[in-house]
Amino acid sequence: MTESDTTRLIEALAAKAQPVRRLRPPALRAALWLGAVGVLIALAIWLFSDLTLSMQRFQNARLDWEMAAMLLTGILAVIAAFHLSLPDRSALWALLPLPPLALWLATTGYNCYRHWFTDGWALGSSWDCLKFIVGVGVPLGVSLLYLLHRASPLMPVRVATMAGLGVASIAAFALQFFHPFDVTFLDLGTQLAASALVVLATGGYERLTLSRGAR
Amino acid sequence: MAVIAGRCRAARPHPAYRTPTYSPTSGGGYTYAGMSGTARLEAGGIEADRAWSRLMAAAQDGDRKAYETLLRETLPYIRNVVRSLHSRPERVDEVTQDVLLTVHRVRHTYDPARPFRPWLAAIARRRAIDALRRHRRTETHEISDQYAYETFVDAAANRHAEMPTTAKDLSIAIADLPAQQREAVQLLKVRGLSLAEASAETGKSIAALKVNMHRAVKTLRQRLTGDES
Repeated sequence: MTESDTTRLIEALAAKAQPVRRLRPPALRAALWLGAVGVLIALAIWLFSDLTLSMQRFQNARLDWEMAAMLLTGILAVIAAFHLSLPDRSALWALLPLPPLALWLATTGYNCYRHWFTDGWALGSSWDCLKFIVGVGVPLGVSLLYLLHRASPLMPVRVATMAGLGVASIAAFALQFFHPFDVTFLDLGTQLAASALVVLATGGYERLTLSRGAR
Repeated sequence: MAVIAGRCRAARPHPAYRTPTYSPTSGGGYTYAGMSGTARLEAGGIEADRAWSRLMAAAQDGDRKAYETLLRETLPYIRNVVRSLHSRPERVDEVTQDVLLTVHRVRHTYDPARPFRPWLAAIARRRAIDALRRHRRTETHEISDQYAYETFVDAAANRHAEMPTTAKDLSIAIADLPAQQREAVQLLKVRGLSLAEASAETGKSIAALKVNMHRAVKTLRQRLTGDES
C-alpha cells in the first residue's frame, strides 16, 4: 500500500459519499430509550404485579435504597453506553454507574447477610429470578444494542458491556415488583449470575456483530 | 472571552461551524479566506479545527468536493497520529487507509457543534492501537519463513524446492567440507588457480588435488541437492 493507493482511496470514498443523517445527542437518545422502556415496565407492573403487596414491602427503607440504587445503576449505565458509543467521548463515562452499583451490591449483600443468620442456605425462588432477569434483560439488550449499533462504536465490547449492565439493572429493578420476598444468600448469587449472564450475552453478541461491522 | 478548542461545548452549533464559506479553487478543491490547509494548521489549531468542522458538516450533507478536500487536508494529521504508534512506513500507510475507511463509516457520528480534531484523533488512535494488537497477535502465533516452500511426500519432488538458491548457502556448504576437499575448492574454483599453480602452492600432487576436487563436488552435490548419483 502506497501514497498513490491512499490518494485513490480518498477519491473513491469522496466519489461514493452520500448525505448522512447525523446522530442525535447521546443524552437525548438515551432518554428516548429509557422513556420507552419505562412506559413498558410501568404497564407490566400495573397489569401483572401485586401492587398492594409491593407497597407493603417498600415500607422497608433498606429495600427502597436497594431499588433506587438498581434503577440509578441502570439509567446511568444506559446513558454511559450511548456516550461511549461515540468516538470522541471520554472513557471515563464507564465510571458513571459505579457509585450506585456499589450501593446496590452493598445493600443487597447486607440484606442477604442478615437473612443468612435466620434462613441459612435456603434457596428462595432463584430459578424464577434468573429466568426473569434473562427473559427481560435480553430483549431489552437487543433493542438497546440495535440503537447503539447506529454509532458503529470503535470499542463495541466496552459499549455492549455497559449496555448489558444497564438492562440487567433495570430488569433486576422490575423483578422486585414480581418477587414479593427478601432475597436469600443464594438468591443474590443467582441474581448476580443472571445479571452477569445478560452482560456477557450482550458483550458476546457485540463481539460477533458490531466488531465485525467495525473492521 | 477566550474559547479553547476541545473545551467549547455550545448548546447550538457555533455560527462559524454552521455556515460554510469555502469557495472552489481552480484545482477542484476548496479554500478558506485564502489560506491553505497546511497554512491554517500552522496558523493555529482553532481556525483549522473550525475549517475542518465546516468541511465535515458539508460532507455529511452530501458535498463530495468538501469531503475530498477534508480527507486530503487531514491526511498529514492522521499520518502523524498513526506514526506515533507505528514506525514501519508500509504499516503507517496501511493503518492510515484503515482510519480513512473508518472515518467514512462513522462520519454521521460527528457533531458539528463539537471540535473536529478530538473526534478524528480518537478514531485514528483507536484504529492504530487495533492494528498494533492485530499485528502483535499475528507475530506471536505465526512465523514468517521465507524458505517454507510447499513440500510433497515423494522426496524427489521436493528437490527443486529445497535446493539452496543463494551464494550464502553454497559458501556454508563449502565451509562444512572436510579440510582437504575445502582446500581444493578454494584454490581451484574460488581463487581460480590452475592445477599446476595449486600444486606448487600446496606441495600436493596434481592427482591428489584432482581427487579432492572430485570428492568435494560429489559431497556438495549430495548436501545441496540430495542427489546420490
